[in-house]
Amino acid sequence: MMDMIVDGLSWLLLAGGGFFVLVGGVGVMRMPDLYTRIHAASVTETLGTMLILVGLMLHSGWDLSTFKLLAILVFLLFTGPVSSYALGNTALLGGLKPELDAQASSKEGSSS
Amino acid sequence: MIALIGLITLTLVAVAAIATVMATNLFVASMWFGIFSLLMASNFFILDAADVALTEAAVGAGVSTVLFMGALALTGEKEAIRAKVSWFPMAVLGVLALALFVATFQQPMLGDPMAPVHQHVAPWYLEQTPNLINIPNVVTAILASFRGYDTLGEVIVIFTAGIGVLSVLSFKPKHRQTISSEALAAKVRGVQHHSILRVVGKLVIPLLMLFALVVQFHGKYTPGGGFSAGALFAAAVMLYGILEGADRSAKAMPEKVMLRLAAFGATLYTSVGLVCMLLGGAFLDYNVLWPDPVVGQYFGILLVEFGVGLTVTTVLVMIFNAFANRPTY
Repeated sequence: MMDMIVDGLSWLLLAGGGFFVLVGGVGVMRMPDLYTRIHAASVTETLGTMLILVGLMLHSGWDLSTFKLLAILVFLLFTGPVSSYALGNTALLGGLKPELDAQASSKEGSSS
Repeated sequence: MIALIGLITLTLVAVAAIATVMATNLFVASMWFGIFSLLMASNFFILDAADVALTEAAVGAGVSTVLFMGALALTGEKEAIRAKVSWFPMAVLGVLALALFVATFQQPMLGDPMAPVHQHVAPWYLEQTPNLINIPNVVTAILASFRGYDTLGEVIVIFTAGIGVLSVLSFKPKHRQTISSEALAAKVRGVQHHSILRVVGKLVIPLLMLFALVVQFHGKYTPGGGFSAGALFAAAVMLYGILEGADRSAKAMPEKVMLRLAAFGATLYTSVGLVCMLLGGAFLDYNVLWPDPVVGQYFGILLVEFGVGLTVTTVLVMIFNAFANRPTY
């Protein structure tokens, strides 16, 4: 009974992780500019991978691989958001303006 | 299933290779090259070559991308476009590609037990490693002991490459120096406010060094060895240099000391071989190092791998510091 619950939970987490990775991928394709794309991609690398790793941890049972997965999880938890931050910050310092509604409409207004 | 994953990663490798060639912005091209290396590393891992995958990920995706960035800082970002198409090299490349393509049909299938590579000396290595050397990682046994001469040659090549890069980059014109690297780094430090990056980087650097030490000294049991450990260690130093300014990494790892340590690593390797000769064995025949030949092999491999790791680390750090600290003219 306990096994079945853990197994089901693990599959649920894995499917959820897969869903968020897919959402992140679609977001990177569909979002209009760099900043929103970073936002979409960071869903993949935090929520998606975290759910998948926790699912794998439940799947593997209580042994050494659980700790290895935990180490990967902690590492990604530290580095993933920071790399997104670095990318966004560098783009902003490099002079890339975020695409805003007001700007977009005023640009259209001035060009037309 | 694993074949499907391999197919996907190989396709992505081809895509990344074409994108690398097509990119006219050299910054973009070097980024694509990093992605190419990472995909190659995962491909090696699918083929169960974890040692190679580790080295490829550390050197190809990490170190060489940083070195490309350093080189791009010295040159320009844009590729010089040549409108004229030169047909002769194109024809040579086309013929070569065709020959390679035809040759792939003659290749044995993946995992074919009758393939020449599985028939030659590999079975002997697999059979004799437990008796002669008694370490679980056969790759390390082949690299450091059975084919010790080849590895010595590789170490000497790396050492020579480091000296070559240094002698090219240390050429300094007397005039026209506008800003020294220290002044530039101080200026950059004044502008940037990457507190988050620096804090997290300082968390990552010790972990990276710890992992490098595991790869170095645990390489007899798990994938790893001097080459990958050296690249990881150098990557940690490069991370420090990127976060804190290259003048500080050069101060932490001064060129004088690095050069001597690099020479010491290569010398350590050679002198292990010489000690073997003095004790009555052949060059790099570790059996004579200890009354029990298996223990002798153990110590020989440990020392030799340490020499390899030392040389690789110091040469890569030297090259990075030389690139990043070259004053702007």
